[in-house]
Amino acid sequence: MAKVLMKGNEAIAEAAIRAGANNYFCYPITPQTEVAEYLAKRMPEVGGVFLQAESEVAVGNIVFGAASTGKRVFTTSSSPGISLMQEAISYMAGAQLPCVILNIMRGGPGLGGILPAQSDYFQATKGGGHGDYRLLVLAPSTIQEAVDLTMLACHLADKYRNPVMIIGDGMIGQMMEPVEFPENYTEPELPTKDTWAATGAKGRKPRVIKSLFLDPYKLEDNSVVLYNKYQQMKKDEVRFELYKTSTKNKVLIVSYGTMARICQTVIDELEEEGVSVGLFRPITVYPFPEAALEKEATRKNIDTVLTVEMSMGQMVEDVERAIARRRPVEFFGRTGGIVPTPDEVKKQIKELIKKKHGAKTRQSTTKSKKKG
Amino acid sequence: MPQYEVLWAGFGGQGIMVAGQLLAYTGIKEGKNVVWIPSYGPEMRGGTAYCTVVVSDKRIGSPIMSQVKAACVFNRPSFDKFCPKIKPGGLLLVNSSLINTTTDRTDITEILVPANKMAIEAGNVRAANIAMLGAFVGATGIIDPKNLEAVIHEKLGAKKAVLGTNLKVLAQGLEIGKKGIRQRQKA
Repeated sequence: MAKVLMKGNEAIAEAAIRAGANNYFCYPITPQTEVAEYLAKRMPEVGGVFLQAESEVAVGNIVFGAASTGKRVFTTSSSPGISLMQEAISYMAGAQLPCVILNIMRGGPGLGGILPAQSDYFQATKGGGHGDYRLLVLAPSTIQEAVDLTMLACHLADKYRNPVMIIGDGMIGQMMEPVEFPENYTEPELPTKDTWAATGAKGRKPRVIKSLFLDPYKLEDNSVVLYNKYQQMKKDEVRFELYKTSTKNKVLIVSYGTMARICQTVIDELEEEGVSVGLFRPITVYPFPEAALEKEATRKNIDTVLTVEMSMGQMVEDVERAIARRRPVEFFGRTGGIVPTPDEVKKQIKELIKKKHGAKTRQSTTKSKKKG
Repeated sequence: MPQYEVLWAGFGGQGIMVAGQLLAYTGIKEGKNVVWIPSYGPEMRGGTAYCTVVVSDKRIGSPIMSQVKAACVFNRPSFDKFCPKIKPGGLLLVNSSLINTTTDRTDITEILVPANKMAIEAGNVRAANIAMLGAFVGATGIIDPKNLEAVIHEKLGAKKAVLGTNLKVLAQGLEIGKKGIRQRQKA
């Protein structure tokens, strides 16, 4: 199929349909309402369900119900709306129900603003709802990747019988880029849902889908089942990308989503100035690519690790955990809807390098100037 | 081609977003990488609307930037806001039908495009964005005008009368753009 120019929100909506997530429930909120707008038109064409509920609380519970039937279910919202869904998300994780949730993040806390942010990292990766559970969390940095990860999310949700969350900042939702949808989309085989899905009990024993286990031994057993799934995800689902990492790097940037591509520009520009910086971009933020990051960050040539986020510092805690004090971890972030420009990040890196090994850097800058 | 960033700005309703999108569509047609980013934020009716389009042969990193290579401004508030955002050596296209001033900057090229006047004379004021788009492509040559014309046929071709108006102002705009650049080369 030829490349088409699509807004992130619309591309994600189309990707969900292509992956067979034909049951969509929503409540509008900026900056992701175009998903709902697009699917309101598109769902009837594929015989799917489009339903706008009365609130995000209701959406969460409708998603729980629909997912119980074994159908692919999709919902989208933005930060405050995702907060309202947390109860249902915890219940779904507990009851082992697959669904795909998109959070096009805006500045918080509270009602916050409507501009791009990455300040829901903790909520997405560390819980958000109560209890011993995790979501598998994917973070795209281009519209094409948002399409690919949405389709993957549908698969992974079924594979693990667990809610999968895609986190994009407002920029991912609003930006337009060329995208291509796979021509003949096929998925690896999945386990049958006919062991747990509520499909009508005629001719068989009823199935119960619940997250209530009053017997503590049974509840612990359930938590162990979940835990084992998360361990499996850590083994099989870790995804990340390296950009211009080499033995010349003094600094390694860790960044995800839109922020990571801003850092790519920073790295390209610094390269021209003779400063070598690499990028480690987590694609799955849960499971966090900790082993791979530890390996990259503790190479001999790396002096400093800089985490850059559109938040006051959230992923940086995972970075610190992965590196376990073997390298200094610095942080730079803007929040509230402010997207740092490449110039701003570049300035941070230059100051950092100056602080760490002033003499060397000054030398190399002079050298590159002479060349020019 | 190296990366090119252009900002489109004006009132809501002046076709700012569409102009940027037509440019992006043409870029795709030519196999280039493109990004189109709207301004989104709390705005009131009749407030400013702007978008940025990035076109490049290479993978596009940051979709946002402190300064852009060119800006096409359609009204006075946009002129005031975005003139300082143009890189030295960059290009400013001004809708001179609605903006009765010129820039004090001497480090950029300024081209005056009477976009509204051209569009009204061609039969529809709503074609002002296409007049400007023509001038921009004429001045920069970052995409082939023939491909742009094909995209306009594709995207805006449903109403024949409107298409005629658009193509007419596009041709005029291209000439203004080319002339603008020639003037700069002389100087």
